[in-house]
Amino acid sequence: MSSATTSAPLLQVQDLRVHFATEDGVVKAVDGISYDLERGQVLGIVGESGSGKSVSSLTIMGLSRAQNARISGSAIFDGRDMLTLDAEQLRSVRGNEIAMIFQDPLSSLHPFYRVGAQLVEAIQAHRDVPKGEATDRALELLALVGIPDPKSRLAAYPHEFSGGMRQRAMIAMALANEPQLLIADEPTTALDVTVQAQILELIGRLKDQLGMAVIIITHDLGIVAETADNIAVMYGGRIVERGSTQRIFAAPEHPYTWGLLGSIPRLDSPPGTDLVPIAGRPPSLINLPDGCAFHPRCPYVLPRHRKVTPELVAVADGSGHAVACLLAHETRVRVWRELRSGALPEDAREVVVTEAQDG
Amino acid sequence: MADNLVQVRDLVKHFPLTQGVVLRRQVGAVHAVDGLSFDVRRGETLGIVGETGCGKSTTARLLLRLIDATSGTINFDGEDITTARGTHLKRLRREMQMIFQDPYSSLNPRQTVGTIIAEPFAIHGLNAGKGERKRAVQELMDQVGLNVEHYNRYPHEFSGGQRQRIGVARATALRPKLIIADEPVSALDVSIQAQILTLLRALQRDLGLTIVFIAHDLSVVRHMCDRIAVMYLGKVVELASSDELYHHARHPYTGALLSAVPVPAPPASGRRRREILYGDVPSPTNPPPACRFHTRCPRAVKGRCDVDEPPLGLKPGGGLAACHFPLEDSDAPAARSARA
Repeated sequence: MSSATTSAPLLQVQDLRVHFATEDGVVKAVDGISYDLERGQVLGIVGESGSGKSVSSLTIMGLSRAQNARISGSAIFDGRDMLTLDAEQLRSVRGNEIAMIFQDPLSSLHPFYRVGAQLVEAIQAHRDVPKGEATDRALELLALVGIPDPKSRLAAYPHEFSGGMRQRAMIAMALANEPQLLIADEPTTALDVTVQAQILELIGRLKDQLGMAVIIITHDLGIVAETADNIAVMYGGRIVERGSTQRIFAAPEHPYTWGLLGSIPRLDSPPGTDLVPIAGRPPSLINLPDGCAFHPRCPYVLPRHRKVTPELVAVADGSGHAVACLLAHETRVRVWRELRSGALPEDAREVVVTEAQDG
Repeated sequence: MADNLVQVRDLVKHFPLTQGVVLRRQVGAVHAVDGLSFDVRRGETLGIVGETGCGKSTTARLLLRLIDATSGTINFDGEDITTARGTHLKRLRREMQMIFQDPYSSLNPRQTVGTIIAEPFAIHGLNAGKGERKRAVQELMDQVGLNVEHYNRYPHEFSGGQRQRIGVARATALRPKLIIADEPVSALDVSIQAQILTLLRALQRDLGLTIVFIAHDLSVVRHMCDRIAVMYLGKVVELASSDELYHHARHPYTGALLSAVPVPAPPASGRRRREILYGDVPSPTNPPPACRFHTRCPRAVKGRCDVDEPPLGLKPGGGLAACHFPLEDSDAPAARSARA
């Protein structure tokens, strides 16, 4: 996103829309998102429940093609549009060039089969190798992800593994065919914090070793701060802010991102610091508010924001930072400066109101 | 002591493991809580943190007398409640209430919000007049930020955050002396989590509540609590004020926990150096002898830590910790606070 390269990005998502027709109305799970992912880079997609962060990635994998789904846009992976591949072509990409790991490793592993057999199956699905060779590879993979005594663990069933070991086994399976892209959907949410640290370290190390790109989907800003090169913040099925990790944390420009940063208790903040929660709750994807979807919760809302839908526009400094907000860039910078020096949103709103009157 | 609302001494809870259908015999026990001693001071928020299986929820259930202790004593407000029964227990329940983790399964889907919040009044025969009870319930709803006109709605009509507010209203209805909150925000989204934490802090200030706050998230606990107890495999390994714990952690397990928490501020240069704890938490059925952390501890010394159990004692420059070789400020991970 930030650096212009001569070759095309590994993954190029353009105006992706995923709508589901339901009895209650059309659920606009993903409503026009675009991003590029370069080879070897880590993109963090952050959002709350129902922001569309998981559906967007499932769609790239061809996993959201339900009867009632309307999918449009494009997702060009290594020269092919993933949205137009047929079932067989998809199968040859999935688990081979793009692999995915999920939140709950117990329900992603088959309880009746030994871990070794499941790994061998994943390898043989894409490579015409004899079973012995595939077993050797499985052994190598378990060792790679740091499972102690991998030889005896090949014969174990998933229930004999701890939560952290199951997630390691899932990662081993995902890496079986050396994918170019790993999509990790809340990979550590079900794990304890010391185990989470192990898994994040593992993903980071493997990324460096194998040179694969990673999309990490999470609700935890701490995780993206420590793992991602770039961040996309999603709200109501759209990307509201996008930029390099350093930039998003140092100079965020979207009111929702400010709200998220004010909502999380931090270990390093002095005691007695008050949280600044965002009022209200995330919108229903069936009935998105008119105008900016964040306007009912936004402390800086102006009358015109209720009618005009903001586009994701790049900040004109070539940093790759893009924001979908109707406030002027200068105003946003000033508000953030106020907030960072400890002003409450009510007070920082003064900046917005004054500038709206002047302009 | 008058300023301690709760005093727990040598509390033990073992869940027996049995084998056989007709001739059930005990083959072992899960040592869920194994010799716990701590106090809860009046008006404070005491945090209990730990990973899965450390016994934090069992401790909550023991305090509330939902399960019976294997041994040890619990003193509440000056009386021994370890074996309280019948009317004594019912009277106690008025004084201590619980807020649960899951706002979906802890509310009866067939009752209206009004009935749910009035339930404590009904059980204890308070505010008996119909109008009086409704008024009391609406006052509570207003206090926790719910629209009082939603009195006749059912739980499914509310979002997760609002349901948790209903749970908070129910728990504060009887003005209890003690509230035990077991992971009250871990099922909620970040922006909603902040709303509930802010509500709990405001209620504590306004009503002078004493709260035992149980969570696995160290940042949330540090934000909420005056003092924090860190548990590992059924024991308290460190007990200190929130500040001491963060800046002057003495137990290596606390140090590792603090360093494992991802901080929402990207490191200035490259990746953060962190102390990663290897391996998993051992099974509580067969906990390691002596210091239970010695199997994963980077500082463990053979012949000492696996033979001799360290007592929970005051460590220089910090709080109480159970360790033979406590950390010093120079090796505490708090150095990173200088970064942000």
